[in-house]
Amino acid sequence: MIAINDVHKGFNKGKANQVNAVNGITLSIPESEFLVIVGSNGSGKTTLLNLVAGSVFPDAGSISIDNNDVSKLADYKRSQWIARVFQNPMSGTASDLNILDNFRLASIRTKTKGLSIGINDKFKQQVREKIETLGMGLENKIEQPMGTLSGGQRQALTLLMSVMDSCKVLLLDEPTAALDPRSAEVVMRTADKLITDFKLTAILITHNLKDAYNYGTRIIQMSEGLVLRDLNNKQKSDLKQNDLFDWFS
Amino acid sequence: MDFYLSALIQGLCFSALALGIYISIKIFNIPDITTDGSYTLGGVVTGVLLTHHQSPYIILPAVIIAGGIAGALTGLIHTKLKINALLAGILVTYSLYSVNLTIMGRSNLPLISVPSLFSLLNLVADPNQNTFWILSVFVIIITFLIGYLLKTDFGIAMRATGNSESMIRALGVNTDRMKITGLALANALTALSGYLIVQFQGFADISMGIGIVIVGLGSVIVAESLINWFRITSVWVILALVLGGAVIFQFVLAFTLALGVDANLLKMVTAAFVLLIVSLPRLSSLKAS
Repeated sequence: MIAINDVHKGFNKGKANQVNAVNGITLSIPESEFLVIVGSNGSGKTTLLNLVAGSVFPDAGSISIDNNDVSKLADYKRSQWIARVFQNPMSGTASDLNILDNFRLASIRTKTKGLSIGINDKFKQQVREKIETLGMGLENKIEQPMGTLSGGQRQALTLLMSVMDSCKVLLLDEPTAALDPRSAEVVMRTADKLITDFKLTAILITHNLKDAYNYGTRIIQMSEGLVLRDLNNKQKSDLKQNDLFDWFS
Repeated sequence: MDFYLSALIQGLCFSALALGIYISIKIFNIPDITTDGSYTLGGVVTGVLLTHHQSPYIILPAVIIAGGIAGALTGLIHTKLKINALLAGILVTYSLYSVNLTIMGRSNLPLISVPSLFSLLNLVADPNQNTFWILSVFVIIITFLIGYLLKTDFGIAMRATGNSESMIRALGVNTDRMKITGLALANALTALSGYLIVQFQGFADISMGIGIVIVGLGSVIVAESLINWFRITSVWVILALVLGGAVIFQFVLAFTLALGVDANLLKMVTAAFVLLIVSLPRLSSLKAS
């Protein structure tokens, strides 16, 4: 589904503060794989995710999604395959717009945003039913601005929004980093359920080693812009939670 | 009475400008001050085409296109060259001064005894009241169009662009193009205000746009205080309040003049009024504590 081929990315080239964030990573992520990436700060996890999303372009190497070379394709064009959940709950939703407007935009992620009014009673009902599955009681608040909701509620809604339109790849950049433990659990469970139900290819970056242990079908550890460890589903299930902690000591 | 009627008419003339500022500042979160230039541009294009006896069916689209181009230029400079929006606006406004002078060929163009939009139809005998009715219809149509636009999928994407850029890019919107379109729309509206005011006043002038951005800002700020006060979320009510803001703003100015304040001090009074409205929430919380 996603093929990353000898990708390099550096920042501030030729200056004193030069950083080589990604140093020639090659990674093949097959369809409906749930890849978890762990690694210390500055190991290049987020840069790798941004390279896949198209927020930054590789200096060298190539990236393809669904057999299309996307190395130089802008992020807003990659949205035909990719949905994203950001670390900051504010980044994934528009606070001044109500839940309904946010969902409307998400439901036409892969289509043109035209000059017709798309929100009708049928659409409202559809959104209500989707939101009901979260069990947060938000289905009666669809006219409320996103900004009035908590971070956990916003992250959960962002997840739901990602499957409002056809979605193949889900990128999760520390989606629970800003949340309390209870909300974090709801968000992670929702993510896992959506990934299984919709057979999504997913990449999760996390610092929470418990989540890294509990979720996903493959785990890699990154260090200094390279893949240090790469464990498939079998190896991952044989892994003990303490082994993960040992990776960081 | 006539005094307040003409304040009302001026307010309605400026409502397109207020809508434009609302779009750039509130919807896109871009402090666009191309306004001074595009407002004059709208007025100048109207004046020159009127004196050349062009059909109103040509003048209106010409004004909209001229304003749109000015806004799109600011948008291009801001998004593609990554220049600060304020500077981009200043640069375009500055060069528009030369453009406007070149189009007019002189600094002032009287339009006395030239037929205008307001003499197109004679609904009532009194010319000022006639102007008022024609203007009202015009403003209602514009407001309806903008309101409809904001309700469409495109409009929601516009509103999201100023709100959460990362989100809307992840949802497949080219934010650069969206901002350029938005600034073009905002300045097309601003040019429409120039178009209206020139026909109401009966002349176009090279310096008519100086500081006009304050009038638009003032109107939007008056509207915004009401929007926050009553926690309004409906697009229609918000647009109506922006129109109301433009009218209230002109009434305050007219009232100031009626009080006998020296006309030379008018701009200072305007600035003080805007300052007062902006600082009202802070002042009231200071008082409370």
